[in-house]
Amino acid sequence: MDTEMKVLVIAEHTDGSINPSTSKTLSCVGELTSTGSDLLVMGNNISLAEQATRYQNVNSVLYIENEIFETQLAAMMSPVISKIAEDYDYILCPSTTFGRDLMPRVSASLDVGQITDIMNVVAPRTFKRPIYAGNALQTLEVQDNVKITGTVRLASYKEVETNNQATIKNIEIPEIELPSHTRFLRVETEASERPDLQSASIVISGGRAFGSSENFDLLYNLADKLGAAVGASRAAVDAGYVPNDMQVGQTGKIISPDLYIAFGISGAIQHLAGIKDAGTIVAVNKDADAPIFEIADIGIVADLFEFIPELTAKLS
Amino acid sequence: MDKILVCIKRVVDYNVKIRIKPDQTAVVTEGVKMSINPFDEIALEEALRIKEKGQANEVIIVSVGSDDCQQQLRTGLAMGADRAILVEHPENTEPLTVAKLLHQIVQQEQPELILLGKQAIDDDCNQTGQMLAELCSFSQATYASKLSVGNNSLEVTREVDQGLEILEIDLPAIVTVDLRLNDPRYVKLPDIMKAKKKPLDIISPDDLEIPMDPFFKVISVTEPPPRESGIRLNDAGELFDALKAKGLVE
Repeated sequence: MDTEMKVLVIAEHTDGSINPSTSKTLSCVGELTSTGSDLLVMGNNISLAEQATRYQNVNSVLYIENEIFETQLAAMMSPVISKIAEDYDYILCPSTTFGRDLMPRVSASLDVGQITDIMNVVAPRTFKRPIYAGNALQTLEVQDNVKITGTVRLASYKEVETNNQATIKNIEIPEIELPSHTRFLRVETEASERPDLQSASIVISGGRAFGSSENFDLLYNLADKLGAAVGASRAAVDAGYVPNDMQVGQTGKIISPDLYIAFGISGAIQHLAGIKDAGTIVAVNKDADAPIFEIADIGIVADLFEFIPELTAKLS
Repeated sequence: MDKILVCIKRVVDYNVKIRIKPDQTAVVTEGVKMSINPFDEIALEEALRIKEKGQANEVIIVSVGSDDCQQQLRTGLAMGADRAILVEHPENTEPLTVAKLLHQIVQQEQPELILLGKQAIDDDCNQTGQMLAELCSFSQATYASKLSVGNNSLEVTREVDQGLEILEIDLPAIVTVDLRLNDPRYVKLPDIMKAKKKPLDIISPDDLEIPMDPFFKVISVTEPPPRESGIRLNDAGELFDALKAKGLVE
């Protein structure tokens, strides 16, 4: 059974690098089968394919080079993937905004239901996934004789080792018509030297209690001492203190660092849904009754404006 | 444009603390407050604003679900939608099947723009809009936080992991909306009265000739494992020592 399982993984890349989300998806492949997968890289830079060869659980890197795939638009990629997927039993990609945008188009094109946010492979056709923002877990069995498509929940998987030497197979775009109805204009990103929220081993976040974007500098200083990524609650984003790509929670990023420290975050259900998989959760809040203390491994009732400089000084 | 179609789902209200049935087959929905999926409500609000700016003539809402979905459709009509369609089916319906049913409605109604929430807050699947876009061969923009209507096209700002992505897409288009797009209006009592007179058509999946067989069997629905209760510390020094002892900081 295991030897017949053919798995295709769709790689996500950002700014010329394979995104760590791809590595975590390959980790899920390891849970599914011992016979590896083919990793499909669609981009405009051969170095992406070369990077991809190093990941564990990859047999071949299927590389399609074309400038139209530089921006990874779902409407452009989906017809190509659906064609290539004909030879595979499983098609997986990361459950990021990239994968979640793309995979349902592929699934509909293949006429199969899709499993979003795979957190555990229970059996080859049985998967566990969170529902209701992680407040319940659903175990689903896929009917026999259909392809399985899914997105892999990053917080549930670690990255794979990068000591592999897979082969690169250059692939031509299949002869299909690609749509012209979607045009990429630009991406607006806040430049940051700090680690990425979804791959950092330490994340520290701030809430509305910071009161201004200037006060977030306290958090940035501490982050630089810790080598941490900086996140924020939805309230802090809505108040305009930080950009939306820093938001941690059900409607922002779901993260699983080894250490998470929440400063001045009360712990709304939607925020907690984003941090449940962190190794150690520390909460610092002035309000002793804040709900975040219920899930924190370490709780400290303190004023963040005094506490953060003290902790920063300790780390110097 | 002439028509905007907005797809709405009836879900457990987002303020309700959910309970799992003792037999672990599903989440309890009987006797629980139900609402329009909050992201779908934002989608409807956006459609109404586009119409109010004179950029569309008609807003149609559609839902797939049990007879009880009429309540949420009436709420949508009270918000300002012109008419409603219920594809009545008592069982829970998987996203691909919903997308196929909606595809039939799209073929009948020929809307230029279809708006949906980015995901439903019950099953968190995040699939229906994109699946519908594929079935219709339309352009798509998911996670929209800003939308401007141009001449036969849209400029959409998407909230993606890297920041904000701006796309230009041609009509007909499918846009799934994120939280920050707008704040939906409150429904006023006179509007609720008026909504009772607006048309609400009920059709069956059989009328649309879509098979309703599921792809998945739900084996179980369970509680997530609880986190162990934590400890309280007093100051930054104690925290530093505790984290150092765990090997989390140097």
